[in-house]
Amino acid sequence: MKATTGKRPFALTRNRLLTIIALAAFAVLAIIANSFFDAFMLRVFNMCAIYIVLALSLNLLNGFTGLFSLGHAGFMAVGAYVCALLTMTPELKEMNYFLVPIVPWLRNITIPFLPAILIAGLASAFVGFLIGAPVLRLRDDYLAIATLGFGEIIRVLITNAQPITNGAQGLKGLPRYATTFSVWVAAGLVTLFMVLLMRSSYGRAMKAVRDDELAAEAMGINVFRVKVTSFTVSSFLAGVGGALLGHMITTIDPKMFTFMLTFNILLIVVLGGIGSISGSVISAIVVTILMEALRFLDEPMNLIFFKTEGLPGLRMVVFSILLMVMVIYRQRGLMGNKEFSWDMLQGLFVKKGRKEGDHV
Amino acid sequence: MSENTSDLMLSTAHLTMKFGGLTAVSDLNLEIRKNEIVGLIGPNGAGKTTAFNVITGMYYPTEGKVLFKGRNITGLKPHSITALGIARTFQNIRLFKEMSVLENVLVACHMSINTGIFGATLHLPGYRSRESEARRFSMELLEKVGLVHLAYEKGTSLPYGQQRRLEIVRALATKPKILLLDEPAAGMNPQESRELMDFIRKIRDEFDLTIFLIEHHMQVVMGVCEHMYVLDYGVTIAHGDPASIQKNPKVIEAYLGVD
Amino acid sequence: MTLSLLFQHIVNALSLGSLYALIAIGYTMVYGILRLINFAHGDVFMLGAYVAFYGITLVSLPWWAALLVSIAFTALFGIGLERVAYKPLRDSPRISIMISAIGASFLLESLAVLIFGGRPKGVPVPDVLSKVIHFGSVSMITISLIIPLFTFALLGVLVWIVNKTKTGMAMRAVSTDIEAARLMAVDVNKVVSFTFGIGSLLAAFGGIMWSFKYPQLNPLMGMMPGLKCFIAAVIGGIGSIGGAVMGGFLLGIIEIMIVAFLPTLSGYRDAFAFILLIVVLLVKPTGLLGKRQAEKV
Repeated sequence: MKATTGKRPFALTRNRLLTIIALAAFAVLAIIANSFFDAFMLRVFNMCAIYIVLALSLNLLNGFTGLFSLGHAGFMAVGAYVCALLTMTPELKEMNYFLVPIVPWLRNITIPFLPAILIAGLASAFVGFLIGAPVLRLRDDYLAIATLGFGEIIRVLITNAQPITNGAQGLKGLPRYATTFSVWVAAGLVTLFMVLLMRSSYGRAMKAVRDDELAAEAMGINVFRVKVTSFTVSSFLAGVGGALLGHMITTIDPKMFTFMLTFNILLIVVLGGIGSISGSVISAIVVTILMEALRFLDEPMNLIFFKTEGLPGLRMVVFSILLMVMVIYRQRGLMGNKEFSWDMLQGLFVKKGRKEGDHV
Repeated sequence: MSENTSDLMLSTAHLTMKFGGLTAVSDLNLEIRKNEIVGLIGPNGAGKTTAFNVITGMYYPTEGKVLFKGRNITGLKPHSITALGIARTFQNIRLFKEMSVLENVLVACHMSINTGIFGATLHLPGYRSRESEARRFSMELLEKVGLVHLAYEKGTSLPYGQQRRLEIVRALATKPKILLLDEPAAGMNPQESRELMDFIRKIRDEFDLTIFLIEHHMQVVMGVCEHMYVLDYGVTIAHGDPASIQKNPKVIEAYLGVD
Repeated sequence: MTLSLLFQHIVNALSLGSLYALIAIGYTMVYGILRLINFAHGDVFMLGAYVAFYGITLVSLPWWAALLVSIAFTALFGIGLERVAYKPLRDSPRISIMISAIGASFLLESLAVLIFGGRPKGVPVPDVLSKVIHFGSVSMITISLIIPLFTFALLGVLVWIVNKTKTGMAMRAVSTDIEAARLMAVDVNKVVSFTFGIGSLLAAFGGIMWSFKYPQLNPLMGMMPGLKCFIAAVIGGIGSIGGAVMGGFLLGIIEIMIVAFLPTLSGYRDAFAFILLIVVLLVKPTGLLGKRQAEKV
């Protein structure tokens, strides 16, 4: 049976049907969310989509190419700023730049969101390419620290380039272009892109570089070029994610893009499984919701019997411990480097069923 | 290639590799002709693997040149050298650990698929046909060496002998002219070694290859090599056909107490 | 610029450089032994400063007693940190142990927010240390002079320990080859604990001195100095104590001098270290005093 289905690529198998049903169900959920969720819940819901984009872009490096990069926040900042500067109207810019006026060549540019976000991604990819070319000659922890350094340098540059970025004041009142529709379409496209990339010969080359650089090189793979490609693509996705983030929160400033942000994304990738696309997707949703749901930890509590003062910091304590416990006790994360499939889900239930049967 | 051109496949001239004060390979002059099976033997630490690493571009030699079909390839990157037609295996097997047997072989086809990243990701028709050609070619190779039934197993889960075979198949998938095998018989018993040597002869004939192999135990390769070089402490102490090597007093001295 | 101003800048540069050197040593020793970037080291520095602060303000200890108590506590804390966060991962891929280190760093920072509070705290600087002294036309605060003096004294002790004692020999053995050292019956766990203890002790001393020189505490105060000192260790050649000291002083001097002579660039102050790091890594990846290791194929 397997052989026959394999030969008909467009046949409607059970698994394909399940996938279509699941996607349709999700679309219905998104429509319901968009019309019935309150502002806060809708924001959390959409934040999940943005974190999916960001987690996948980091996983492309950390999980699939074996490059440990910690500079992600910098690339997001590039994307967020470029996109914001391209979409803001001249009046809005005038209002924001009250300390130092904006440079003339930027004042009158206003373009629609779609081209702006693509240009933002390309700008970020270009910066990634420029940084990647020298830095990717380094290995392991040296690479980590150098990328961390570049992330910080980007942030310092943005803080100081006042006529372009408005410096530490940041940009306020960006148009709220990142709607439920646009963020989830972006998340869907990026997920599809990653799945297809990993199934192509480039994906195999990246995994080969991750598994054994030297053997990959000996198999005729230009390891350095694969690394730079992966870094550039990842920067592109990070830029897109940053742009979406900016247009959802509608405010950006350099303080947003510290190492803390990279930490959040790293947390998602590690919990989901380094090298698993579906792991990153699931984990992005779970962690984003938890991050918001656990906000109560930082605020004053009223637990009927006793009241607690606000405990700011407790939420991050929980997440840091979660990360460490995961790394120490279950290094491969939720999914390891495997991908979700309907058969896997079925396997899970069948196994459970059998276990229950044993008890009877 | 026509008959009147030189049939010299791979040669080195005064090849020397020093690490700090240690000379791992000194003044190595190889001449390997088309379709020959040549052995590089010597006791542990004689510099055999270093010689391989210099030839395949993993190290840049301190002195000397590497010539492939008369062309100077010294200083080229390893992947470019592979692209020219020199493939290798590793002494300590280096399979891609998260990949299936088939994927391990497919990685070696990346070079020949040769499509841009977007064409590949979007699975455009050009990429599709090359990808399916690569899959067919890889399966065919696996068929020939009797690994096809294991195509979807994890490469590193195979028994040791089959992992070695897989490494050789993977190198073959780069469509080499010359194959460098680094101790292919390491860890095998005499029976397995003999089978391996037959296998090497078989792939030489089938793929029109030239083979250059490292071996630590002289006896193993006596039967298969047509020509041999013996290294000791980086120095070439003898070269010639197996019969003369066996009688060479310097070689006997170098191996005394080793074997 | 007058000569006296220049002299003041030099003293400031030396004292900042000393502080950087003290922290950088902790990074370099841990890296030398475990090949691990101890991301939490900057937070250990922060912890030392807070413990001394509470020693002085809550328990009203004299400042030198608070210093000693804090140093001892922080050294034990560093040893405990290694046991909990790094030891279980000693044989894991390096990415895992690095992630655990990043997690530990965030854990300490958020615990500090939780326990010490997020708001900055002013440090009561003891009178002895904040006295202004005059050398002719040059005037300076005692702490700026005391920091380099204490640093050199501590460095002397450290060099003696590493080179002359049995423990020091064991440390060097472990950093050369952890497996061989184990075979030679060196108690690797003990050596690792000792290394974390010494590194944390120096960081605590640095943190306390830092808080007397720049008298304000906040839970994230260790982040930037921590990163910069790691950079100092890399610039000097990670694994080499001399290199860490050199890198620390180099970084401190460059930072103070650029801010002093090119004030327009002072906004980029925190970026200098990173730029320097990248230049060094690209030109001489093993750092100024690092040894070149041929990679095995």
